[in-house]
Formats: sequence, structure tokens, C-alpha cells
Amino acid sequence: MTVTAVHKDANALTMTLTAEFDASPTRVWELWADPRQLERWWGPPMYPATFTKHALAPGSHVEYHMTGPSGDQPRGYWDVLEADPPRRLVFLDGFANADGSPNPDFSRNKGRVTIEPIDERRTRMSIEFQYASTPAMEQYLAMGMEEGLTGAVGQVDAILAEGVTA
Amino acid sequence: MTPTPNADHIFAALADATRRDIVLRALSGREGVAELAGHYPMSFAAVQKHIAVLERAGLVTKERTGRRKVVLTNIEGLSLARGLLDQYESLWRGRVERMTSLITTSEETDA
Repeated sequence: MTVTAVHKDANALTMTLTAEFDASPTRVWELWADPRQLERWWGPPMYPATFTKHALAPGSHVEYHMTGPSGDQPRGYWDVLEADPPRRLVFLDGFANADGSPNPDFSRNKGRVTIEPIDERRTRMSIEFQYASTPAMEQYLAMGMEEGLTGAVGQVDAILAEGVTA
Repeated sequence: MTPTPNADHIFAALADATRRDIVLRALSGREGVAELAGHYPMSFAAVQKHIAVLERAGLVTKERTGRRKVVLTNIEGLSLARGLLDQYESLWRGRVERMTSLITTSEETDA
């Protein structure tokens, strides 16, 4: 497993996840900085993401949408607060209206990504998410549920065999 | 997609640092409103207000022990937040899996 540690604080609504990759920090940064690569991992298999506006620099605004199994297209955006390639990225992740404008009904979740070399071959990436206080969390989870069923290690058949339905 | 009002209240209640601290202190269930208010550089009324928000969210209750009323954290309220975080963990584990396979694929292509 590449995920080496997960810490969840239900009281503070934060989750910290640490993962290790057999790659350089620059290569790991590319996963965030190249929108074509980003869209291959950001969305769960049932909700692929498309980034229509993307630049990682302080103050930049990133726009994306997901496409659900029934053709629904929830929209989101990031407001980039800090970008220090290939080491650090801090952004607010929020929901957007159909025209791409920020939807103020949902609070934004704050993500902090830290990328650092372990040795010449390996890189550690830490992600800390501070979740906001509102239905935004559940809204995301409507998509996260799909992930729970299909994403983890592709054990859909095993889950279905156990009679678990979403 | 419709959020339950219960979860909505819980997250709103926990969004504030003082209220999060009150939830932690009230785990022991030994202090009343006045004692809790003594921990914070704000008025008694302000702390009382925070506790009322937590009560409405079902995160704390006021319990009578003898002649006193103490504030007690409701563990079940907290466990809902924990359940949601569990699902987030699964979301991010899926993302890291996909990141790993992207890196592995590109290495093979480069080689």
C-alpha cells in the first residue's frame, strides 16, 4: 500500500493522509499541476472530473466539473492560496453554480498538500483537509459514496457479493 | 443529496474553535456552564450561547448531578462526524491508488 498513515479528528473535522511514491517530488507535483493528469485521479471512476480552467499560482482560480453516471454535472472550483512547486499547495475547494460562479450556499474545504523527498527514489505526500461546517461535506460524500464502492481496490464484486448496496 | 438537518447542525456547531474546545472539556461531564465559562476570555453570556448551539446540534446535554447541572458531551453526535470522515478517507485512498497507477504507467512509457 502506498498510503502510509491516516489521521482523522472528528472534533476538528480534519483528515490527514500520508502516502509514499516511487517517484521524484517533481513527478508527484505534476499529478496536481498538469490538468490532464489531475483529471485522471481526482474524480472517482463513476464521476470523472474535467478541469476547464487550471493554473497553480497564488490567487489563481481553478474550475472543474464532474460527470455522474446519469449525466449530472456537479461543478467545483479551487481558490489557490499558496503554490510552491514542487513542494507545497494550499487551496480552498468549493462548489460552483451551473455558470461556474462560486456557490455561496456551501462552505469551502481547505486542502494543504506537502510534497517532500524521502531519499533519491521516493517521495512523501501529505494531504491535510480541514472540512467546513456545512452540507458541503455531505454533498462531496454523495460522490464519495461511489468511491467507497468502486474505488478502493476495485473489489466491487466482493462488495456486491456481501449484499452491500449504496 | 439532501443533507439531513442533524448533520448540518453538527458541522455548523463544530466549525467554531471555542465550541470544539467545549465539546472536549465536556467529555468528563464535571463542569457546569459557569465553570466552563471560566476557561475562555469572553463573557458568560457568550459561552452560554456557544453551549446552546452545541445543545441544539445534539453534541452536548445538560445533566443534573445532585444540586448541580453539568454539561456533558454526547458521544453519538460526534460519531456521525467520524462516520463521514471515514468515507472521506476511502475517497482519498482511491485517489492515491489512481495517482500511483498514473506514476507507474508513465514510468513504463518513459523506459
